[in-house]
Amino acid sequence: MPDLNGADLINRVLPEEQRQEVLSRALLYPRLKLDDEKVNEVYNVCQGVYSPLEGFQGSTDFRSVVHSGRLSNGQPWTIPIVLDASAAEASPLKEGQTLCLWQGDLPLALMHLDEKYAYDKAGLASGVFGTTDPKHPGVARALAMGDVLLAGKLDLLQDPDDPYSRHKLTPVQTRQLFRQKGWRTVVGFQTRNVPHLGHEYVQKTALSFVDGLFINPVIGKKKAGDFRDEVILDSYVALMEHYYLPERVTMSVLRQEMRYAGPREAIFHAIVRKNFGCTHFIVGRDHAGVGNYYTPYAAQEIFQDYPDLGITPLFFTAFFYCRKCGSVANEKTCPHDGSLRIDFSGTWLRKVLMEKGEPPAELLRPEVADAVRKWEHPLVEEA
Amino acid sequence: MPDADAKKFTTVSIPTPLFHKIEERIKGTGFTSVSSYVTYVLREVVAEGETQGEPFTKEDEQRVKERLRALGYLD
Repeated sequence: MPDLNGADLINRVLPEEQRQEVLSRALLYPRLKLDDEKVNEVYNVCQGVYSPLEGFQGSTDFRSVVHSGRLSNGQPWTIPIVLDASAAEASPLKEGQTLCLWQGDLPLALMHLDEKYAYDKAGLASGVFGTTDPKHPGVARALAMGDVLLAGKLDLLQDPDDPYSRHKLTPVQTRQLFRQKGWRTVVGFQTRNVPHLGHEYVQKTALSFVDGLFINPVIGKKKAGDFRDEVILDSYVALMEHYYLPERVTMSVLRQEMRYAGPREAIFHAIVRKNFGCTHFIVGRDHAGVGNYYTPYAAQEIFQDYPDLGITPLFFTAFFYCRKCGSVANEKTCPHDGSLRIDFSGTWLRKVLMEKGEPPAELLRPEVADAVRKWEHPLVEEA
Repeated sequence: MPDADAKKFTTVSIPTPLFHKIEERIKGTGFTSVSSYVTYVLREVVAEGETQGEPFTKEDEQRVKERLRALGYLD
């Protein structure tokens, strides 16, 4: 169990006595404006969500992460956490300077610029995503990044403006919460979907073996066709209220961009949940995958390379509803013919929820369907 | 960069019987070598002895609990 007091967590939140002084001088620092996704990265670093990182990664760690899936000191880390800038933006900045990072008109954090460096975008794509195909959404974003990376430690001045702050906990808070609930073992569940009976089956199966379930929806940039953030939250609130013991489950959101990096991202997600205080992490079929870029269980197989992760993965095979069993089942539990099975695909779920009439209660809880249908546009639309 | 990579690791001596015990222990686990297991254990031990920033005080703990109550996570 991770230290509940957070001694192993990075804390880069500037103490109050320094904060006021720095804020009064914020306009004097070279200014860099961040987009929403980078704002989230700054918050996650400074609040310990990305421990052991203390800032945006320098060239040594960047290369190590891309090529070996570990930091330069050997610790597991599979996704580069970097701040990109255009050559024009980076040009006036000098190594050794302190910058102020802004969210719109809000001075968010100081960054102590240790290094600015060029990098190989194709190499980044190939190492992290296993492909350089620009149709892959993560690759497309990597190729669109600025040509220069800025590296250095961060100091958070204030929490970013966030409409979901009511549902957002820091790792120190989640660890404290787990302790107050008396949980010694906690399983984390990453989600970016409205829950159907298949998800519930997986969560409750895992919960049978641990003390508590931590549902941790990813809130942030998504691709067209994904469920909107507020819809996912509402649907989980409905599910938890009607079908879970409150003393056995809790939920908070994670502000993070989905990379769709499949196996690499599964390891990253597990590290983040370890930081939140989870002892176990659910990894399903095609975790964090997209299209056919990764084999269905690649995100589980990669854990063999990380015995030193410090969190136990719980692997689940594909699950479905079997008419003969009369329940949700999986390939290990159901002996029946495929024609008797209904797969819980994303396409199926969207179709069921967009149709008039009640969805089958054995596949989707009516309260969850109601929570989704109260939204006129529940899906992310094309930008 | 072979030179930089070569300097990333160094050698530490451990008693041979201990080495063999570890060899036995990691059989069937994901650890592929005694070195990777020893590195993992030592990293955990070293991390335990390090504290990041200010120590977590009773007042800090109380503040966290109050925040959790304010958000509705605790009664």
